Amino acid sequence: MGKLIKLKTPIEEEEISKLRAGEEVLLEGLIFTARDQANKRLNEFIIAKKSLPVNLYRQVIYYCGPNFKGDKFGSCGPTTSSRMDDYLEPLLSVGVKGFIGKGNRSSLVRELLRKYRGVYFLTYAGCGAYLWQFVKSYRKVAFLDLGSEAIFQLEVCNFPLIVGIDTKGEDIYKRI
Amino acid sequence: MDIEKFVYELAVRANTILRRDVLNLINKAYLEERKIQPKKTLKVILDNALCAYKNRIALCQDTGLPLVFLECGKDVKVDYILIKRVSKALERAYRKEGFRASTVTPFNFYKPRFNPDIFHIEFTNRYGLRITIFPKGFGSENKSALKMFNPTVSQQEISEFIVDAVRRAGPSACPPFFIGVGIGGTADYALLLAKKALLERVDRDGRNEDITRWEKDLLKRINSLGIGPMGLGGNFTALCVKIKLYPTHIAGLPVGVNISCHSLRSATATIRI
Repeated sequence: MGKLIKLKTPIEEEEISKLRAGEEVLLEGLIFTARDQANKRLNEFIIAKKSLPVNLYRQVIYYCGPNFKGDKFGSCGPTTSSRMDDYLEPLLSVGVKGFIGKGNRSSLVRELLRKYRGVYFLTYAGCGAYLWQFVKSYRKVAFLDLGSEAIFQLEVCNFPLIVGIDTKGEDIYKRI
Repeated sequence: MDIEKFVYELAVRANTILRRDVLNLINKAYLEERKIQPKKTLKVILDNALCAYKNRIALCQDTGLPLVFLECGKDVKVDYILIKRVSKALERAYRKEGFRASTVTPFNFYKPRFNPDIFHIEFTNRYGLRITIFPKGFGSENKSALKMFNPTVSQQEISEFIVDAVRRAGPSACPPFFIGVGIGGTADYALLLAKKALLERVDRDGRNEDITRWEKDLLKRINSLGIGPMGLGGNFTALCVKIKLYPTHIAGLPVGVNISCHSLRSATATIRI
């Protein structure tokens, strides 16, 4: 607690396995938004063994449905992660290494993150305007018919995170 | 003033400028909190409000379902045309200002819309049309609770139900919370009362001293849960509990709980038309 760790995407296995629940991280690189419907569709693609519209190997998924004023990017905070618990394993199986969201998750998620050596990050919930400052650019990627639930690629710099569940399955919310 | 322009501005204010009373309580919690991470989180919440205001962007990407409360004075004629104008203005504000289209028809998630047209209309003995826009995010709305108690229930049992609803809301509903409680009416009405409780000033006590005492006792119990800002612990799981009472049937006692995240947003103003 207190010290800030710099992390870059695509994620290096060695870097991520050093992270511990409760540590604060500043993220740099590309991340991909996906919330309820996009997670469901990605799962359907993976289960049907169809090729994905985006390569997620060693990437980070951000549970977020951002705002847009015309083409200008807007408020972009995290949504409740537990709704995506059941869609986690297929994504881990194609190499996704990190997930950013808000709130606590099921014990199954802890198990899966340990098994696939992935990390669940928290970011400042309900602070979409604050987080907007750390997004440098964005690009539309896939499932654009879903509106704000589509997959967007965000280029972030110093995006503030807290490790929620680490690769050992340790959970910051275990006490709750 | 033109009602469409008036509603447009209210929608912008509600989504981009945090209510003064809400800001007061967050600031107070920030000054009082001693634990490092919860204190830092409260600071980020304050920074977020400043950033949203300065850049005219939404406080939260979940710009909610924009609920409309109309209090119609005795000089106001409310009809279908007026309602449609309010609805249109709200939609235009959301589209032009880039507030998220979060409204979908159940089981059809394509092409989300901006406004579900949820209106609550009352008639008052005052003059003018008092309009409130209340963008309700679903991270916290999903944690709403209702229980139909027996009329002989003790206050203690009701307290336990309320505290339990907050415990179940947990870290994902964006604490520190504002808790609205509605007691009485019918099942649906108790929940509406709970929602309306969140529209009252949260940094000021109500007139009923017994209720105020109960609210303070509940707040103490909720804060001893230790969930805290973002679920990181500390002394502030909620910042306020507001209870509203209403007459009910002799055979029951409905209790509704409506939770708001720390970003409790609404804007109210009266227009003479």
